[in-house]
Amino acid sequence: MNQFQQLSWQGLWKNNPAIVQLLGLCPLLAVTMTVINGLGLGLATTLVLIGSNCTVSMVRNLVPNEIRIPIFVMVIAGFVTVVQLLMNAYTFRLYEALGIFIPLIVTNCAIIGRAEAYASKNPVGHAAFDGLMMGLGFTIVLVILGGMRELLGYGTLLSGANLLFGEWANALKITVYETDSPFLIAILPPGAFLGMGLLIALKNALDKRVESWVVKPDTDKVVQRARVTAES
Amino acid sequence: MSFKFTSSPHQRVKRNTGQVMRLVMYAGIPGLAVQTWFFGWGAFIHFLIASVTIIVTEAAILEMRKKNFEVAIKDCSALVTAFLIAVSIPPFAPWWITVIGSIFAIGVVKQLYGGLGFNLFNPAMAAYVLLLISFPVQMSTWAIPQALSQFPQSFADSFSIIFSGFSADGYSIEQLRTHIDGYTMATPLDAVKTAVSQGLTVSESLQTAVFNNGIGVGWFWVNFAYLLGGLLLLKLNVIKWQIPVGVIAGIMGFSLVMYLIDDGIYTSPLFHIFSGGLMLGAFFIATDPVSATTTNKGRIIFGLGIGAWVYIIRTWGGYPDAIAFAVLIMNMGVPLIDYYTRPRTYGHHTEHKNVIKIKQIESSKKDKGA
Repeated sequence: MNQFQQLSWQGLWKNNPAIVQLLGLCPLLAVTMTVINGLGLGLATTLVLIGSNCTVSMVRNLVPNEIRIPIFVMVIAGFVTVVQLLMNAYTFRLYEALGIFIPLIVTNCAIIGRAEAYASKNPVGHAAFDGLMMGLGFTIVLVILGGMRELLGYGTLLSGANLLFGEWANALKITVYETDSPFLIAILPPGAFLGMGLLIALKNALDKRVESWVVKPDTDKVVQRARVTAES
Repeated sequence: MSFKFTSSPHQRVKRNTGQVMRLVMYAGIPGLAVQTWFFGWGAFIHFLIASVTIIVTEAAILEMRKKNFEVAIKDCSALVTAFLIAVSIPPFAPWWITVIGSIFAIGVVKQLYGGLGFNLFNPAMAAYVLLLISFPVQMSTWAIPQALSQFPQSFADSFSIIFSGFSADGYSIEQLRTHIDGYTMATPLDAVKTAVSQGLTVSESLQTAVFNNGIGVGWFWVNFAYLLGGLLLLKLNVIKWQIPVGVIAGIMGFSLVMYLIDDGIYTSPLFHIFSGGLMLGAFFIATDPVSATTTNKGRIIFGLGIGAWVYIIRTWGGYPDAIAFAVLIMNMGVPLIDYYTRPRTYGHHTEHKNVIKIKQIESSKKDKGA
């Protein structure tokens, strides 16, 4: 695998910021009531990640090591402000629906984590690609979780797509079933935690299943020391 | 006085899980019967629905986990969960409420945590809370006592309401909940709460038809029946006395203090212990051997905590009854309670506290010296 394939694999699956690193859980759990909310926040986070990763990577040789964290936070805050103003201008109703969680992207640990762990040590091209892949990994989880909750809670999918894509997108809304008594827990915060737990479990189960197919068990006999105490 | 000499073994085999769980179910029969007498066949039908769902769910999940499901089903622990779900949800609730609750109780709360013996929370109560916050409308429409109802219901009526929403004669749930005088009636706990919030005193609110001598019609007998069943369980040594006594003492103590402070706003201790599902909660729900504490001192604290939470949520909370929330909150505290109430191991000293004191004195001496 070359560097870019490696980065994609890490960001989308193996080191996914949402379901492996468990970073940025606050917006993840709070806004994923519908697919579109999740997609909107995911795209905003991705834009911020790409921008901050590029900038941090560009200035990485100029920033004194001692004060790098405040500088990274300033850079991230700058990009969040840009994204916030853009959303305010072009997708105003989605901006209103997401509310406080757009400014709160600043505090999303996934972003500062990538700036610190990857962008501050690698060239611009790689850092930007890493930002894109991590952002996409985060967005995919947001969309899946949003889909699960919207389907159970409201019985629809992609409702409110017009908030993000304009009026033509009203046609995208799929009504799976209609009910007088929606399954409220899916929309309430506990539903987010339950759904998130199930997603993580599903990912781990898939990994284990794939591992059992790929890795062949060692045929050599390995003598294992019997463990008799907890400490040794 | 003479000592009996018998040959070994001296220790008799204790009851297995299945026997304990079946005893709990038998002890619940009087309560279920009284509930059926006052509120119609709903609880009984819900019990049938819940049993079938729970057994199918448990068998399916154990099959997926590649475990032997016959053993697990024969121990009847799942049936106790079904019983608790059935008697706590409203008799008029539609059938899918029970099905969703049962699947959640067994699938998520019990089996995802590792099956019987590993669940942190009481499955029936977690399912009840899930249903209450998901479907508040269906979960808060309790039936009114048969004696006060305009339209008495038969078994066919109850069956028809649960599966179609209308009784066999075509009456809706709202019509069935109306009094002979034609107004919709609330449960006793709801009635008092609403009246107090409208500025009436408690004694004024107790004048309406749902009350008889200050306690809800029917509810006294329901609680009394569960109390009898619970005492039977105590007598048979299936449950320990600490938890039920703790729960009752907790709610009585709390409500007595508040009642003495202001009996215009706060209801009497007797009203509290004979309202809602308190006796069911104290003897059948809080005593769940898996999710409750395991030490004797801890059981008292656990019980007192449940009693206090029930009173707090009933009086100042937004929900009519609070057994489920109280039990879940105290379930969360169980590891902590167990940690701090560990009994002294035989042969170990009790001077633990003195040792700490001596260490403190020594360290303070060192500080002074430095």
